Amino acid sequence: MSLHAYRRQDGTVGIRNHVVMLPVDDISNAVCEHVAQVIPGTLALPHHFGRLQYGPDLDLTFRTLIGTGANPNVAAAVVVGIEPTWTEKVAEGIAATGKPVEAFSIERHGDLAITSAAARVAQRMLQDATELHREVVERRELLLSIKCGESDTTTGLGSCPTVAEVVDRHVAEGGTVIFGETSELTGAENLIADRCVDDEVRRRFQSMYDGYIAEIEASGANLLGSQPTQGNIRGGLSTIEEKALGNIAKTGTAPVVDALEPAVPPRRPGLNFMDSSSAAGEFVTLMAAAGAVLHLFPTGQGNIVGNPIEPVVKVTANPLTARTMSEHIDVDVSDLLARRCNLTQAGERLMAYSDRVAEGRLTCAEALGHREYIFTKLYRSA
Amino acid sequence: MEGPHFLVHNEGDHVAVAVQDVEPETVRIVYMDSDREATVEVLEPVPLGHKVALTDLSGGSDVIEYGVRIGRTREAIGTGHHVHVHNIRSARWEQSR
Repeated sequence: MSLHAYRRQDGTVGIRNHVVMLPVDDISNAVCEHVAQVIPGTLALPHHFGRLQYGPDLDLTFRTLIGTGANPNVAAAVVVGIEPTWTEKVAEGIAATGKPVEAFSIERHGDLAITSAAARVAQRMLQDATELHREVVERRELLLSIKCGESDTTTGLGSCPTVAEVVDRHVAEGGTVIFGETSELTGAENLIADRCVDDEVRRRFQSMYDGYIAEIEASGANLLGSQPTQGNIRGGLSTIEEKALGNIAKTGTAPVVDALEPAVPPRRPGLNFMDSSSAAGEFVTLMAAAGAVLHLFPTGQGNIVGNPIEPVVKVTANPLTARTMSEHIDVDVSDLLARRCNLTQAGERLMAYSDRVAEGRLTCAEALGHREYIFTKLYRSA
Repeated sequence: MEGPHFLVHNEGDHVAVAVQDVEPETVRIVYMDSDREATVEVLEPVPLGHKVALTDLSGGSDVIEYGVRIGRTREAIGTGHHVHVHNIRSARWEQSR
């Protein structure tokens, strides 16, 4: 199956053509946001971190920043940081893809001079990006990600199995899909371990799972009101196990070919697990940083998350959500619950809609301005 | 024909999921793995997405859905009653009470 999308310099395929203003740290958000106002059409990506982080937490922030700029949905990037060393590091990481990147640091210049200089570059990048054209690509070249949110029992009955239809088909065509939500696998993690392609992947998956759970349990917190969430419980989910079984329904039947650290791009085609939080904003940000260009998001009670660079397609089987939150729902499969359509038909409906999004149709979250760009923080900054 | 009131993931599951708001009455259920139809007498209101017991469950016993354990009963639950956080709990978050 072929589609029209953007072929980047490194051969990867994107479905959007953003020129991004990427702050390295929280205090550089203002310049990025001001440039995006002066040069409408560029996209500022403000976030909360990037200062006094250290060790694996800092490494993850660098991977997130570089991965965001390197994502094939991004045509070009302007990187702005307070000082030159980390700023150059992020810019060089993005430049390895071959796309246009320029770096600015604010110290010894100030916001106003840097805003002016960065705006001139951003203007040129924006105009240049308009001359990049969609070309024929194979659908299997799109890196997909999946995660459900505000799940309820309709997720496991309808929207997750619908996504599984697309996942299985994409993997069968040679494509790659990333899933994760480590702690939310509790009660079904053995089913994922069983699907790992070999003992080495299984050992890494199990180690990530065990580590995440040990960290949660070490906090001593009462998890019964957090997992499942209050929204999950309102929707009828009673336990983490029940939530997990619905959750993994969206992964389909393919073997799990790899277990990735957060924000690391997949190396192997097929279904990849990534160690990750289940919080929607953090999750999709990690997926985009790993290079995912299109996210399929089953929801029950109506999670409304979006991402600035990776379009998020919402699919629900809950008729109440489809009716009361229609502006957030891209694909309604609630007729599955009434047994008026079957899973194959629902899967084809989602696949057809995803193809339209890949060719440029805005998702509900994009049209509504949802641009959650949320970093996963591993521990306190120094 | 009007759709079912409840869907059941697997034959042998202890619970069925309401796919519409259900008031106490005898209603139709459909098993998704076998397409078999049956009925259950519902004894209390069960909102859309919530579960009803298809069998009598003793206190402290496993609750089966998707063909596997999704938790344990906090107390005995009779057939036709609403099954949720008030009468079942995770068997996995054992340190959380």
